[in-house]
Amino acid sequence: MTRYFLRRLGALVPVALGVATLTFAMIHLVPGDPVVAMLGETAAPADIQGLRHALGLDRPLGEQYIDFLGGLAKGDLGESITYRRPVTRLIAERFPATLELTIAGLVVGMLIAFPLGVIAGAKPGGAGDLGAMGFAILGISIPHIYLGPLLMIVFSLDLRWFPLTGRGGWSHLVLPAVTLGTALAAVLARMLRQSLIVVRESDYMRTALSKGLGPMSALLGHGLRNALTSVVTLVGLQAGALLTGALITEVIFSWPGVGRLLISSISARDYPLVEGCVLTFALTYVVVNMATDLVYAIVDPRVRL
Amino acid sequence: MTRNASLAAGATIVALFAIVAAIGPAIAGVDPLAIHLSESLAPPSAAHLLGCDALGRDVFARIMYGARLSLGVSVSVVALSLLVGSLIGGIAGISRGWIDEAIMRGVDIVLAFPGILLAIALAAILGPGIVDLVIALSAMGWTTYARLVRGEVLSLREREYVHAAETLGAGTGRVLLAHLLPAMAGPIAVQATFGVGGIIAAEAALSFLGLGALPPTPSWGNMLDAGRAFILVAPYLTMAPGVAIGLAILGFNLLGDGLAQLAGTRS
Repeated sequence: MTRYFLRRLGALVPVALGVATLTFAMIHLVPGDPVVAMLGETAAPADIQGLRHALGLDRPLGEQYIDFLGGLAKGDLGESITYRRPVTRLIAERFPATLELTIAGLVVGMLIAFPLGVIAGAKPGGAGDLGAMGFAILGISIPHIYLGPLLMIVFSLDLRWFPLTGRGGWSHLVLPAVTLGTALAAVLARMLRQSLIVVRESDYMRTALSKGLGPMSALLGHGLRNALTSVVTLVGLQAGALLTGALITEVIFSWPGVGRLLISSISARDYPLVEGCVLTFALTYVVVNMATDLVYAIVDPRVRL
Repeated sequence: MTRNASLAAGATIVALFAIVAAIGPAIAGVDPLAIHLSESLAPPSAAHLLGCDALGRDVFARIMYGARLSLGVSVSVVALSLLVGSLIGGIAGISRGWIDEAIMRGVDIVLAFPGILLAIALAAILGPGIVDLVIALSAMGWTTYARLVRGEVLSLREREYVHAAETLGAGTGRVLLAHLLPAMAGPIAVQATFGVGGIIAAEAALSFLGLGALPPTPSWGNMLDAGRAFILVAPYLTMAPGVAIGLAILGFNLLGDGLAQLAGTRS
């Protein structure tokens, strides 16, 4: 297990380096001058030169790149132009909110997906299956930017059950978490159904049934456990959708996380902060992917070979 | 011949969507940009089927024009992604060895940017606008097709009929076009159908975030964003574009499911 862990950790380094390089390249090589964008087309050339120098953008690109990587290794991503504070500090303050929302979305997704997937997989073609899969295709199709406002209208403006926006106690978390978790729930339920159908045909399920176990307890006790490995893989695959879903959900519900920080830094043309937020999302995703690989290795020992 | 209701339902919705995109503006008959401040936030009525927005612009007309933008952008993005992705994936699958290795490591790095993050970052740097929007979304979308085509090429070229063609002296180009491409068409079509649905969602999200089509150009995403400010007094301003986006995505998802079933039963 330790060797497998170290091997995966080693594979992380080139990907992280690639992510950092691509982010740097996007900011520095894509046509369009950030300094001109910040100051406007009509800015005086002297001002443009001044800001470019202050941001260190007038130095050779290679030198800037080395500095960027060195800073990244030390956790220093420069200073935000709008906040006049270190980028890493700003992101560190917002990151817990994003994490909280993402985990809540994951939990909601699983809470909805498991009953739906089991109902559908227990009796494929039955009424429960049709209902569950109908919900699933709707859940996959409804975008966050519509589901969020829809939930707001029904549950916070009409029924007044939950607050409209912002972050606070549990009640603030419900609507954003449901907005974020629904799409995941739909994908998971479909996959769970599929694996349960495959599992039902297996020898160990036949053994469990011939031992005298009822169909439902066989399905839950033996089938579900084996279907779980594919759920872990899928959660890993869906982590990206979950993270950017959180980004959009944050904007909808004015949730003070890194996603909202990214969007506000884009409109403020605060490029050091944009760079930092983009890196944060990408590196989080890379780390989450490695973590799911490890969980997978724990659940299914064959992977470690 | 089990029910392929998905295919029928999906094809119907997509066909309707295409018709609306093609002739919708004529159906609406009203200028989606015409401002009538006296009609500001007018509720749905016979004159304005879906009411009017804050500037008194007809929401129905804006939805119709939005369909054109949504379908136009998403189909262009999928076409561009498919072209670039198949080319790169095809090169990787044909060359194998270090070229394949290098290309796939590059794909891994692009895939390390989750969901629409890469499109958000690129759109932020390129600036708003339809062409930049298509570029940003394609930069994110091509990897799916590259991986799909590479995988298909690698597995198909080991098939007996491909070996037979090679033994008979067919060159790489001929093998690729005459023998591999037809076999790949099914999976690619399924992927591209889901892809259009995905890009419709991504385009709406980018426009919603202010990184896609900018007002006054009517796009479903920016209409949804603008409607949020009036969610208390005029909820239909968010509902109308929301239903439109959801329905369009649903159509392509159902069609994709149906096509996948069709491809599955045939093989």
